[in-house]
Amino acid sequence: MARTHPNGPRPTHMTAGRIGLYAFLVIAALFFLLPLYAMIVTSLKTMDEIRLGRIFALPETLDISAWITAWSGACMGTVCVGIRTGFWNSFAITVPSVALSVFIGAVNGYALSLWRPRGASVLFGLLMAGGLIPYQIFLYPMVRAMANIDLYNSLAGIILVHVIFGLPLVTLLFRNYFVSVPEELCKAARVDGAGFWRIFFEIMLPMAVPMIVVVSMLQFTGIWNDFLLGLVFAGRDNLPMTVQLNNIVNTTMGERTYNVNMAATILTAIVPLAIYFLSGRWFVRGIAAGAVKG
Amino acid sequence: MQSAVSIKDLKIAYGDHTVIEKMSIDIAPREFLVLLGPSGCGKSTLLNAIAGLQDITGGEIWISGKNVTWDEPKDRGIGMVFQSYALYPRMSVRKNLSFGLRVAGLPKAEIEARVARTAALLHLDKLLDRRPAELSGGQRQRVAIGRALVREVDVFLFDEPLSNLDAKLRNELRVEIKKLHQSLGNTMIYVTHDQIEALTLADRIAIMRDGVIQQLASPAEIYHRPANLFVAGFIGAPAMNFIEGRIDRSNGSPVFLCNGLAVDLSGYSFQAAAAEGPATLGFRPEHLVLDGAAGGLPSISSRVSVVEPMGSDAVLWFDWAGQSLSLRLMGDVTLQSGDALAPGLDITKASLFGADGSRL
Repeated sequence: MARTHPNGPRPTHMTAGRIGLYAFLVIAALFFLLPLYAMIVTSLKTMDEIRLGRIFALPETLDISAWITAWSGACMGTVCVGIRTGFWNSFAITVPSVALSVFIGAVNGYALSLWRPRGASVLFGLLMAGGLIPYQIFLYPMVRAMANIDLYNSLAGIILVHVIFGLPLVTLLFRNYFVSVPEELCKAARVDGAGFWRIFFEIMLPMAVPMIVVVSMLQFTGIWNDFLLGLVFAGRDNLPMTVQLNNIVNTTMGERTYNVNMAATILTAIVPLAIYFLSGRWFVRGIAAGAVKG
Repeated sequence: MQSAVSIKDLKIAYGDHTVIEKMSIDIAPREFLVLLGPSGCGKSTLLNAIAGLQDITGGEIWISGKNVTWDEPKDRGIGMVFQSYALYPRMSVRKNLSFGLRVAGLPKAEIEARVARTAALLHLDKLLDRRPAELSGGQRQRVAIGRALVREVDVFLFDEPLSNLDAKLRNELRVEIKKLHQSLGNTMIYVTHDQIEALTLADRIAIMRDGVIQQLASPAEIYHRPANLFVAGFIGAPAMNFIEGRIDRSNGSPVFLCNGLAVDLSGYSFQAAAAEGPATLGFRPEHLVLDGAAGGLPSISSRVSVVEPMGSDAVLWFDWAGQSLSLRLMGDVTLQSGDALAPGLDITKASLFGADGSRL
């Protein structure tokens, strides 16, 4: 067999293995998209249509009444105001929790990596140990502690709980990010007369923007999706969306309104989903940021 | 005259590990002092201590007549340039230069004037709105130097500023730094492990080893009259040749004996009266005369093992008494490996070291 003389760019071949690989990827993507598809079409059907049992069929007519009910009329027990209160509660809990935990974690990471106070490694070790223990273990002592400082069943209380439980991970990520910053940068700023906070705000934070974005997204989705802490610490008036969704879906009075349940579930999941879709670029950049010099 | 920088009995230790023990130096105003030594000798630690970035264990540091031992870096009247440039990555060159002045709260017009002056001095005018990432290595280091200059202080500290640059840029910036020192006339303390930088830039060089200054003298003094074996071996490339032997004065005048070679030491200027005993004779490659016998000098017979042409000069390597010695010649060399040679030794330019390694 005559071998072609190699010259120019190496030719690409579509081999059987490659076709199989793409086929697998397409099937896997479909597999994961199927539940979402079923939820969307079900939420747009009327109950009559749902009773036919054709779960993957497209709706005959687009009916958005289930979405409206889910948002503003679905019942949790005897209260029928929909999931919107939970939606705003979730924002009220998540936004301050994310902002505070990211800020405090960034300060922690900066101090631990660039100032190395006495006992920094012990402190960091303890923080990590705390982060590794399942947080369910802390529930009861935490409830007692919150009750003691009059923050149990309050918005401030649930925010504090989220900040505390978020700190180990946020601190770890920022510490590892700032460890890669040359120490001389800090020294140069000190010669220029800048102190702890000025170096942090004017030099370190601007460098850490990709990390801030990634950590904020992780914290946002984590806190938005939280169920247990919200249920235990938020109190009746501040229940987050996840808890209210559970209350709607698990309330059985008469017929199960699948279309309303599906719509409510999608409404709950849409915020973290949207964040990932809109900031995927930043997310990848932040993950890679540790590997590349600023 | 008052010293620009004065270090008194400085001690730096980490727990039990002592980096610098009882060091004292006085640096005159307008002096260019180079701290030279192998890595780990404590030279950067000393510089950081002067800057106030390194906690000290004992002693005092005075800058411009003021005891700054407990002062913050910004209050010491120093500017510092780092090896890794340490530019603020998210700020433009202009902001990098003005950062310290803004922190100090200087009026805006004054800041602008100083930045403009510094930028003109370092040819940074066209780069003022760029970010550090958009600059080449040499430009970054010029910005780093500018950031020190703009503070308009008396003392500048350089911590291996040229080590991250390639050879050509290093030569260019070395000349620029020297010009800068000549035109500004500030006191400069410069840390390096590169002996060429030390020899070309310094008014005085302090050679350090294990936290102790081995010799503090002018480059010429250090090169021609090294205080001990360490300094002699550290400075010079190729390194100084050493042959071990003994000093004998049985005939009255001292003679260095080694492997059948007898060198009359009457031309050597001893520090003190020459005593008998083991000694090491050191001589630089360029202080061997190729045709020794013609000049009536004590000569070594051998054969050339390797020729290293370097353009302007050439180094001949030959073996004698079981060790490899080198000889430097100017210009082109017709000798080839294997050729016989009998270089002569000019004792007036040689160095003799006693058994403890210090100069005789």
